[in-house]
Amino acid sequence: MFAYYFQLGLRSLRKNPLLTALMVMAIGFGVAASMTTYSVFRATSNNPIPQKSSQLFVPQIDNWGPEDAQQNQGEPPRAMSYTDAIGLMRDHKAKRQTALYPAGLSIVPADASQLPFRENTYGVYADAFPMFDIPFKYGRGWTQADDDAHAQVAVIGQQLNEKLFRGENSVGREINLDGRSYRIVGVMDHWDPQPLFFDAVNTGGFDDPTQLFVPFTRMIELKVSTNGNNNCNKDPGTGWDNWLHSECVWLGFWAELPSKAEADAYRSYLNGYAAEQQRAGRFKWAPNTRLRNVVEWLDYQKVVPPEAKISLLVALGFLVICLVNTIGLLLAKFMRRSSEIGVRRALGASRREIYTQFLIEASAVGLAGGLLGLLLTGVGVYGISLIFDPQVARLAKLDVPLVLLTLLVAILATVIAAFYPTWRAAQVQPAWQLKSN
Amino acid sequence: MEIKPILAALRQHKAGTILIAMQIALTLAIVCNALFIIQQRVAHLSEPTGIDEPNIFVIQNEWIGQTSSAQADAKLRSDLDVLRRVPGVKDVTTSNSYPLRGGGWDDGVRLSAEQIEDSSDATIYFADEHFLDTLDLKLVGGRNFRADEIQPMSMRDRLAPPVIMVTRALAEKLFPGGSALGKTVYLVGGPATIVGVVDLLQAQSVARWASNFAYRSVIVPRRMAIAEGAFYIVRTQPGQLEPAMIAARKALFADNPRRVWDDKEGILSFAEVRSMAYESDRGMAVLMGVISLVLLAITAAGIVGLTSFWVGQRRRQIGVRRALGATRGDILSYFMTENLLISVGGAVAGAVLAIAMNLWLVTRFEMHRLSLFYVLAGVLMLLLLGQGAVLAPAIRASKVSPVEATRSV
Repeated sequence: MFAYYFQLGLRSLRKNPLLTALMVMAIGFGVAASMTTYSVFRATSNNPIPQKSSQLFVPQIDNWGPEDAQQNQGEPPRAMSYTDAIGLMRDHKAKRQTALYPAGLSIVPADASQLPFRENTYGVYADAFPMFDIPFKYGRGWTQADDDAHAQVAVIGQQLNEKLFRGENSVGREINLDGRSYRIVGVMDHWDPQPLFFDAVNTGGFDDPTQLFVPFTRMIELKVSTNGNNNCNKDPGTGWDNWLHSECVWLGFWAELPSKAEADAYRSYLNGYAAEQQRAGRFKWAPNTRLRNVVEWLDYQKVVPPEAKISLLVALGFLVICLVNTIGLLLAKFMRRSSEIGVRRALGASRREIYTQFLIEASAVGLAGGLLGLLLTGVGVYGISLIFDPQVARLAKLDVPLVLLTLLVAILATVIAAFYPTWRAAQVQPAWQLKSN
Repeated sequence: MEIKPILAALRQHKAGTILIAMQIALTLAIVCNALFIIQQRVAHLSEPTGIDEPNIFVIQNEWIGQTSSAQADAKLRSDLDVLRRVPGVKDVTTSNSYPLRGGGWDDGVRLSAEQIEDSSDATIYFADEHFLDTLDLKLVGGRNFRADEIQPMSMRDRLAPPVIMVTRALAEKLFPGGSALGKTVYLVGGPATIVGVVDLLQAQSVARWASNFAYRSVIVPRRMAIAEGAFYIVRTQPGQLEPAMIAARKALFADNPRRVWDDKEGILSFAEVRSMAYESDRGMAVLMGVISLVLLAITAAGIVGLTSFWVGQRRRQIGVRRALGATRGDILSYFMTENLLISVGGAVAGAVLAIAMNLWLVTRFEMHRLSLFYVLAGVLMLLLLGQGAVLAPAIRASKVSPVEATRSV
């Protein structure tokens, strides 16, 4: 019966090509607009590290006081001062923890024919590698002993390894950073968390995959400045040491707390730490701290661009209008066939049969709309770089789940839109139709 | 035209009527808001920077290896000399930033040392004595920096210049009604005297968070003497931009190859800077425009489809009316009026919906309030669209011959 109704449906669709084309186009455009904008929204609201997102936390400590916090809805600064980051590292209350900051180091290739270039580098502690589940192709991260020794070691990314060593195992070899030689201890496998959660403050959440990690302690010793944000509430004074020990905030901090109990304990530790700073006279206010996990942190950082949200909303509205349009057109189409329905009913078709027939016909429209929508979504995803930052645009992909979702939404939406017209069609009185003929 | 019989007829087509009205209402709500977003974005991206954009390009230069502050300063000055000798170059300056760059050093300005809250935020631009000339800024009061006032500044130095220039927008904010010249203001590092006021210079970020100090800038007599390098801003003779950009790259790398320029952003014409800064604004305007157009087309198509169906359904009645003496004009105006009634109903609902939607967007996305002009323009547009869409089926209806009355379907 399904095949027969499907054939009937196709035949009827061919009968009014204009009306059919209108419906298919309405569905196609509506679905394509929604799916294109959804692809961006999906990419930007992605959970970058789902297996651990509820175990990794960003602590925040208010070292500026209520006057500054007031301008920020009472929130502590988004980054940490060196004093606090080092204090938290020293206390070592989490299972794993790291302070981190970005810097631009120049790489001088050993091959003299290659030009020197800059690579965005992060200074981190040894814990960062197991903490962020960073995969390794060769070797592994450095050790805590290296942190303590301020060792001149580096972990490089796969792309950088490709560029400098043609993809060979480069563990144990040297890399020249800003004129100093660093020993490579590990080569990462492809690692490109999206959004780039560990430094959403400086990157806005989207940047090229990080290719270089160097010990935090070494970078501080070499007085390498951050190339990320540095915010001061007071004049830090002149020189590196004054700045380092000022209340300027410029460091990221992450703590791994595997259970809720540990997270709660860390929360009270943070408050205790702030209270201690208050007693010591450094803070002249009550403790004001936060502890947010990955998802909460990305949400707080507003990583999803407002453009992505607004365009998704507008596109959904667009889809609704297309559906209202489809309801109207299907109604016109079905009611035009009242006499045919009357005949079928008179010959013994039940209402249920009518329902089935027309819903199948509608699904055919939906399928056609979905295919058109798929094509347009492809065009849309390709054209996304017109609107969004290239770093965001490169994340929007037409992959298998999106293809299936497009078809599913198209068919489902059309079938939903067909309910009312179908119900009306099923209400046709056979006697009345036959009589009027 | 009698409206009563039309209303009576509409009652027989409740579903179709409601569907058309609903579609018009939703379309109106979305198109109004989309048009409003377009207008805001376009207004935003046509704000002037105040500089000679067509003839300016910017270089971001970084040095390789360990470089002391003094060495970096010497290299910087040598670079500026090299650039000055490039054919087609009119003037060269160096700074920590430039308008539309997207971010950089913004700081608070206070009127006294004791004041806790800042009087205003401002973009901090480093400048030498060539800054005004290179950017083509107009001095509206006071004087430019003298060469002997320009000092090198390294990474962690305190910013405490004895003299500064400010933009007129900042001067008016700090000293409303009075002259800012000769007045002392407090920057992060201490007091500074305003010696010059420039007419117009946009801040380095055009993002929403920086919109409350969009044209408030402080110009300080400083050079960036750091290994991480600085920006070189070059103004060329008219028409010489492209050859000068190529020649500048060659000349600098020939002079000293131990430098790094980013592949994408190492050297940019100001047109490229502008297009990058407003990428998302322009894209959003285009997207909203496309969505509005497609939406209007789909709504029109929907009206054509349903009205055609009604015309087909009522051929008998139309024939009867024609046989009883109604003219073609009567039939035409019947369908036009019918559509107008539905459209007005839909438009009223749509106007309410548009305003509600805007109010909600305002709370969620820091948008501005929709002005009534856009609602009215949208209503007018949809009424015209409805009338236009109904025209073809209505004309077809008016051509139904009176003979139809005698035919059974």
